[in-house]
Amino acid sequence: MSAVTQGQAAPRSSIFNDPKFRSTAIQVLLVLAIGWFAWRIVHNTQINLHNRNISSGFQFLWSTAGFGVNQALISYSETSSYGRALLVGLLNTLLVAGVGILFATLLGFTLGIMRLSRNWLVAKVAEIYVEIVRNIPLLLQIFVWYATVLKPLPAPARAPQIGLPWPGGGFIIMAAVLGGGAWLLRGLYQRTQSVVMRVVATLLLFFAAWTAIGVVREFGLSTINFVPLGIFLSNRGIMFPRPIFGESMWIELAALVVGIVLALGVARWARRRQEQTGQQFPTLWVSLGLILGLPLIVFLTAGAGATFEFPELKGFNFRGGMTLIPEFLALVIALSTYTASFIAEIVRAGIQAVSHGQTEAAHALGVRPGVTLRLVVIPQAMRVIIPPLASQYLNLTKNSSLAVAIGYPDLVAMGGTVLNQTGQAIEIIAIWMVVYLSLSLMTSAFMNWFNSRMRLVER
Amino acid sequence: MKRELLSVAIGAAASLLVASSAVAGTLDDVKKKGFLQCGVSQGLIGFSVADEQNNWTGLDVDFCRAIASAIFNDPKAVKFTPLSAKERFTALQSGEIDVLSRNTTWTMSRDTSLGLKFAGVMYYDGQGFMVNPAALKQKTGVDVKSAADLNGASVCTQTGTTTELNLADYFRSKNMTYEVVAFEKNEEVLKAYQEGRCDAYTTDQSGLYAEKLKLPDPAAHVVLPEIISKEPLGPLVRQGDDAWFNIVKWTYFALLNAEELGVTQANVEEQKSSTNPEVKRLLGGEGDFGKGVGLENDWVVRIVKGTGNYGEIFERNVGESSNLKIARGKNALWNKGGLQYAPPVR
Repeated sequence: MSAVTQGQAAPRSSIFNDPKFRSTAIQVLLVLAIGWFAWRIVHNTQINLHNRNISSGFQFLWSTAGFGVNQALISYSETSSYGRALLVGLLNTLLVAGVGILFATLLGFTLGIMRLSRNWLVAKVAEIYVEIVRNIPLLLQIFVWYATVLKPLPAPARAPQIGLPWPGGGFIIMAAVLGGGAWLLRGLYQRTQSVVMRVVATLLLFFAAWTAIGVVREFGLSTINFVPLGIFLSNRGIMFPRPIFGESMWIELAALVVGIVLALGVARWARRRQEQTGQQFPTLWVSLGLILGLPLIVFLTAGAGATFEFPELKGFNFRGGMTLIPEFLALVIALSTYTASFIAEIVRAGIQAVSHGQTEAAHALGVRPGVTLRLVVIPQAMRVIIPPLASQYLNLTKNSSLAVAIGYPDLVAMGGTVLNQTGQAIEIIAIWMVVYLSLSLMTSAFMNWFNSRMRLVER
Repeated sequence: MKRELLSVAIGAAASLLVASSAVAGTLDDVKKKGFLQCGVSQGLIGFSVADEQNNWTGLDVDFCRAIASAIFNDPKAVKFTPLSAKERFTALQSGEIDVLSRNTTWTMSRDTSLGLKFAGVMYYDGQGFMVNPAALKQKTGVDVKSAADLNGASVCTQTGTTTELNLADYFRSKNMTYEVVAFEKNEEVLKAYQEGRCDAYTTDQSGLYAEKLKLPDPAAHVVLPEIISKEPLGPLVRQGDDAWFNIVKWTYFALLNAEELGVTQANVEEQKSSTNPEVKRLLGGEGDFGKGVGLENDWVVRIVKGTGNYGEIFERNVGESSNLKIARGKNALWNKGGLQYAPPVR
């Protein structure tokens, strides 16, 4: 009756026969064995390094590096430490990977959709691109791009300046006269059937055009002005002006933030309204107006928040301004075009994985093809696309370590220099491994999160 | 590039696993293998280059052949491992090679913190700059006559060398600005220099003369007169095996002593019967000097028969009878105004 007698009644068996205990015990033993193995390796290495008088440890990260670098996103000089040099390399890796991923995605999606186009030429162009680019080794492509970027570009002294074409006064008069005349003519054609009137009107237009050309000639106004932007193209890279932020900059930044927040709010409101009433709202244009318009108004009232330091040719090279080195350009182009060919195939597969019935249903409802693609097919295809896309992003990041071949100072290049100055191979290789591993894990964590958001929501 | 990373990684991994006993007894290991494993550069005219049949020649190569001659009486008993600047020390530390003879600069940190030892200076070098003055004048209007005219220039170099540090030091001390573009391999550096990515090419002067020959128009390029650093280039061995260190060190000294005493590849047999006591001691006619380093007493005869003396090696590979045409300069013997000096065999 009592609890004690019930407990006694339970059959007692050896704890080693308990499946729960056994599985836990095996796992614990395995972890211990792996831990012991890892400890042995580390310990053994330390002893061997010590016996051979090879210095070890990470103290070297704080000593002076003493070498220069041609692209640093943070302030760096020869007196900075090895640790900072590695950080410079890491940031350069992140920069090239980030920009590469952006362009690879844009180009890859475009190509993937092009491959499915019903236009034979468009589909073939995309197919040929994919087949050629993904079958040539990346390192070779990097060399080719480096040569193509470098070869045609002139030396700094002959670097052409990039400018913006800007219509001049004469051009505007001419355009106004011709445009107005054409508009009048069109109205006349619509209103009257009289041949005489049409001929007279056409002659009048020609006369107007003649006058306009005469005016332009008389005033000698150039038709198109050229506004220099202070951007130069040379085999030392692209030089462009460096913005130096002034006091009113923060108001403009605040306006930009307010614009973005308002645009997000509008988009939400519009989506909800459409779900409830079915009415559409021109979200894109209103958002653009808010994001660009608000800072513009502030800019016009408060004045420019930033001044620019322009690159200036002095001796061998430009001084001042900012520089995109050709190694960076070549690497970004090579990485993104290469990865885009894989992304294109992933996108194509993703779209083709969406049942054709979905497209047909949308068409049956009278939805236009473009809208069908955007609102019906792509959202469903994304579920298939995202997981392999994530591994392409990882590949791009890891492939960026080929940078050292063309002299781009990424983590591997900088680490290699540090390795040679200090001779601490094991430490540097450990840093490389930890960095690339964490970059990959972070990317895949983000993509998993994104994937779970895009998952099919069953209602 | 990937292959190099791999071999660095393997080297590092190997240094984890190889027991520390591998440090001692390099001579026995070499004798057991039947050949010397020698680390050289991946291709530097005059120092170590391989032809189509994989026959290696050069100053660094001949030094390894001299060691092999001393041990095996056969200058061909060497296998060469071409190494990048980045891989070289790991390859030696891990035991992949027995000696590193790869135009490596003797510096304090390399001598003290890598677990390695420099055995001598095969070539006294210094870092210099190469430019194409006519092209620079035409493009930039700057008339480059010395390195001091290079303010603001872009400079191409190889990554993982002392060159990068010297370059930084030189420009910093002169308050000049520069842009460094560092490549993994020599060919890439040369290509970038050729395509105008850089205004100047910097490395050890011997290297500049060698690279110049690879350019389509060598005469247009000029090696500037400044030498901005001391670059004593020499062979290295692992620390902790003094017997092996002695063999490598004394092979180098033997080459110098042979030149000093006029013992050449051509006359070594006659010299064996020389009455000069110094020559007698060197060639094993007197004393047990060869046995002292763990070799045969005729070890120097073998060396000189195999490769010739230091002067012959120099002339053949980098001197007047080679394409490089580098003058002896600092590399002349001490009694001819140079720095090459060997302790006596006594």
